[in-house]
This record gives sequence, C-alpha cells and structure tokens, in this order.
Amino acid sequence: MARIVVLGAGVSGHTAATFAKHWLGDKHEVVVVSPNSKWNWIPSNIWVGVGEMSPEDVVFELAPVYKKAGIDFKQAKAVSIHPEGKEGSDRPFVTVEYTDPNKKGETEEVEYDYLINATGPKLNFAATPGLGPDEGNSLSVCTYLHAAEANTHFQNAIERMKKGEKVKFLIGTGHGMCTCQGAAFEYIFNIEHELREAGVRDKAEIKWISNEQFLGDFGVAGLHIKWGGHIVSSKVLAESLFAERGVDWITGAHVKEVQKGKLQYELLDGTEGEETFDFAMLIPPFSGVGLKAYDKAGNDITDKVFMPNGFMKVDADYTPKPFEEWKASDWPKYYQNPDYANMFAVGIAFAPPHPISKPAKSVNGTPITPAPPRTGMPSGIIGKTVARTVCDVIEGKYSLEEVKEKGHHASMAEMGAACVASTGKSIWNGSAVALTVYPVVPDYDRFPGTGRDPEYTFGEIGLAGHWIKHILHYMFMWKAQLKPGWTLIPE
Amino acid sequence: MADYKDIQKNITPYDDKTYGTMIPGPFQRFLRTCKIWQFIRFIIINLKMLAVVSKSHH
Ligand SMILES: Cc1cc2nc3c(=O)[nH]c(=O)nc-3n(C[C@H](O)[C@H](O)[C@H](O)COP(=O)(O)OP(=O)(O)OC[C@H]3O[C@@H](n4cnc5c(N)ncnc54)[C@H](O)[C@@H]3O)c2cc1C
Repeated sequence: MARIVVLGAGVSGHTAATFAKHWLGDKHEVVVVSPNSKWNWIPSNIWVGVGEMSPEDVVFELAPVYKKAGIDFKQAKAVSIHPEGKEGSDRPFVTVEYTDPNKKGETEEVEYDYLINATGPKLNFAATPGLGPDEGNSLSVCTYLHAAEANTHFQNAIERMKKGEKVKFLIGTGHGMCTCQGAAFEYIFNIEHELREAGVRDKAEIKWISNEQFLGDFGVAGLHIKWGGHIVSSKVLAESLFAERGVDWITGAHVKEVQKGKLQYELLDGTEGEETFDFAMLIPPFSGVGLKAYDKAGNDITDKVFMPNGFMKVDADYTPKPFEEWKASDWPKYYQNPDYANMFAVGIAFAPPHPISKPAKSVNGTPITPAPPRTGMPSGIIGKTVARTVCDVIEGKYSLEEVKEKGHHASMAEMGAACVASTGKSIWNGSAVALTVYPVVPDYDRFPGTGRDPEYTFGEIGLAGHWIKHILHYMFMWKAQLKPGWTLIPE
Repeated sequence: MADYKDIQKNITPYDDKTYGTMIPGPFQRFLRTCKIWQFIRFIIINLKMLAVVSKSHH
C-alpha cells in the first residue's frame, strides 16, 4: 500500500488529493495535512469584502468531506520535510504541528511514499513596514476573515458618506514584488459598483496603486485580444474601464511604508510620493510558507530543496537569464523535484523560473515587477495532472525516473487560463470582465509579437461574465464538497 | 441610457491617462447589460472557455 501525503488543502492540494483518492480507491492511502479546518473558495472573498456574501457562503468544513472520501485529514501545518528519512529509517517523512484544537501544538512525523506540496503562499505583509490588517493600517481580502474585516470598514465608510463626508479609497498592491493584481482589480471595481448602488459614488475618491509597469499588465505581461476588428492591448482596455468609472491610477509603484491614513511609495523613475487614504486594501507580496528540509543526518538542506523565496524547486530551468532569452521551455512541465523524484510541488507552492512580466527596477535599483501569478485554473489543472502522474507510478505504468518521458504534463506555457473578474455583483446590472488567455506564459516563438494565440485569447465586459462568475462560485463549492457529479466539473 | 455628454465628463484634455483611451459609448454600455445579447454572449463565452480548458490538459 502506497501513501501519498498532500500538504495544503487549497485549490491545488484539494484537487490533487480528491482525484488521487478517487482514482486509487481503498488500495492506497491519501493523507492531507492542512492548518485550516475549512476550505475557502478564495475568488468569492471579493464579494465578502463588499458585503455581498457572508464568510459562511464561501467556506465549508473539510473533515466531513475527507471522511466521506476516505482521505486521512490532519488539521496541522507542515514544518519540515525529511526526504531521506532519518537515522535508522529510509522512509521519508514530514514533521507536522497540529492546529486542531484537540491536539494543538502536538507534533507528529508523517511518513510518505509520494509528497505533493501544495502549501500556497505565505501572505508576506512583513515585507512592507506597516502593511496589513495586523498592523491595522491597511486591509486585505486574501482570506475570508480579512475580507469580512474589510467589509466592516467598507460599511462604515458608506455610513460616513451617507452623512455627507468624503472618503478616499486606495486599492492595489502593497509592495514592488506583489502578484495577484487581478484580485485588487476585482475589489476596486466592486467597491465602485457598490458605492454607486448605495447612491454615494459622488462622495468617493477611488484610486489604484500598483507595481505593474502599465495598467492591465496583471503580472502576465498584459495580453492582446481581438476587439472591433483590431488587436487591442489590455493596457487600452484597462485604462478604458478606469476612465469610464472615474478611477484614477498610479502604476510602477513600490509601496515603501504604510502608516495610519497614508503611505509612501517609490516609482520606476525614482520619484517618491505619498498618498493619503481613509480606506486602503493592499495585496501583500507572496513567499513560500517557510518549510524547512533536512537530510538523513539532520543537516539543513532547505537551500537545496527550495528557492530563496521559499517556493519548492521543480523541473524548471532556473538559470538566471535576461528577459530576451526567456523561453516557454523554462517553465516546469511535471512539477517534480530535481533531487527527490517522489516529491512534487503544485499551485503557488512551486518555484517559477522567472517572472512573466518584463522585470524592471527603479532608477534607485528597487525591483518593481509583478511576480508571476498562478491563478485558480492553472493551480487546479497542475494539481490534477500531478495526481494523475503519481497514480500512474503507483499503478506501475512507469517509474518515477520515467516521469519526464511518460508523465502527464501541465506547463503554464502550454496551458490557458479562464479568468472572470467581477466588476459589480448583481444578477441584472452587475458585470464582469471575462477573459481567456492562451498560453498563460507567452510563447513569442510560437506566437510572434503578442506571445499568445489570438483565437483563444479574448475578453469582454458584461453581465454574462457576472453570471459565469456567479455560477463558478456554486459549481466549485459543489465540486470541492465532492457532491454528485463532481468529477465532471472541469478545473 | 447614458448619453455621450455624461460619458465624456471623465476625460481631461491633454491628460496622459484619460485623453489617450477609449470610453464605451451609450450603445456599448447598453449591450453590456442587455439581457438578450448577454445571454447569447454567455453561451459563446462558455464555449470559448471550455475550448481553452480542453487545450490545457495533456
Ligand atoms: C482575493 C483573491 C481572489 C482571487 N480570485 C481569483 C479568481 O477569480 N480566479 C482565479 O483563477 N484565481 C483567483 N485567485 C487566485 C487563487 O486563489 C489561487 O490561484 C489559488 O488559491 C492557488 O491555489 P493553491 O492551492 O496553490 O494555494 P491556496 O489555495 O492558497 O492553498 C494553500 C493551502 O495550503 C495550506 N497551508 C499553508 N501553509 C501550510 C503548511 N505549512 N502546511 C500545510 N498546509 C499549509 C493553506 O491553509 C491552504 O489550504 C484569487 C486570489 C485571491 C487572494
């Protein structure tokens, strides 16, 4: 009997674990280690952050779902990986520390035959002094609890505006190396929509601040779509939406410090500025969650297994190269660790070879470049693909050494992503930007100029996008709870 | 339906942001929330997204 241990029960880990168990049945063991008792459909946190959904609408308890599926769930956080085992045992293991209230603080060594690291991002608020809800200076929507807190402040702001006060909203990224601009983009337009619905839009100043070189970069070097007989860049489309809704913007900004009601930033041209605000929602930079790795003798091999940003090394080409030399083939296909073949990293947990957007530094040398996003669809596809490969190995179809010839692959340079960014939640007058991009990582050899296939890269704004976003919410909540027909819902 | 006068108020002459972009006119805006047109777009966008999903599994 083989044992797969999956670290993390987010989009990628939950997909990997549930499909692995579905394919393997009772003949093999699947163990999930994750610190939260609940699963969260993160995209809908945006609607929690404006009071259109409650935190309960976007979560469910994991334990009963895993019990039904026959998956062993440990509510704990992984602390260290020991891929060579320890003295007296060759069996690799992970050390976990329980967060389950009944066993809180207890540690355990969980042995594995195959490890899938799907620990996602650490929300690295500490990278910017004063950033984040813990410091109390800015808000976040990255977790459902953060989003609920943001909504409390948002409702207060609406009350103030109803009394005639002016309120300034500042939304965007809180550091020069952030990713996930899409989430901030959704939030700013949901705020704008809600303020219009509440009849107080004229009392609000709404401003965007981001590390993108241009509006609409989104950490994927922007994209080009066919629009009215032209090929139009996402820069034009994003600027159009901002101008239409009367939202001002600052781009190429590294937020240096956040204080009560104001922040300082540096721009690519080296100028420094200050923005005041009444309400700020700023996405933090992401890093790996800080797992350590040790060899058999107990020596620290964290640098061998992880990149300096804490994400796990996989089969990518990590040789530093200038932007002009980046290739689609630099991106990993199998997500297998180069040193320990039974270890994989999926979703946000794998280390990308380089950003997707062109790197930039301010004239003072401060890096201001969006980090590469690994959004829900790639995270789900990668989780499922790796689970399929591991199941094939367990079923004897090929060995771990043959994964790179025979395994299933899911490079972000040969994969598309569908993204629906809500710009206002309402069944009859809401809207969303519905986008598909193919491939996620531009391949300028295959598609000179824009790097993407114009047949499969498209976008438009409208109510239809809102309906899709809404349906996706219920579909993925259904799928994640393994309700009837869940395997038929595509990721 | 909003008219052009209302729409162009967010444009400032020689402003490098708003002066250099395109802003949807009243008909475009109407289409964005027109239930019949959006229902058609709903079907088309779903089909396009499914095509991208199917190209992404190897
Ligand atoms: C506000 C917001 C809105 C978004 N909207 C969209 C959208 O509309 N569309 C889209 O495609 N993407 C969206 N995304 C991105 C999407 O949420 C991510 O791509 C996706 O969640 C990544 O999946 P993951 O499994 O890698 O990480 P996560 O889903 O974050 O899962 C990581 C898991 O690891 C667990 N974990 C953490 N530390 C440890 C540890 N030490 N040991 C064990 N487990 C650990 C966590 O508790 C969690 O369960 C959004 C993101 C945000 C923040």
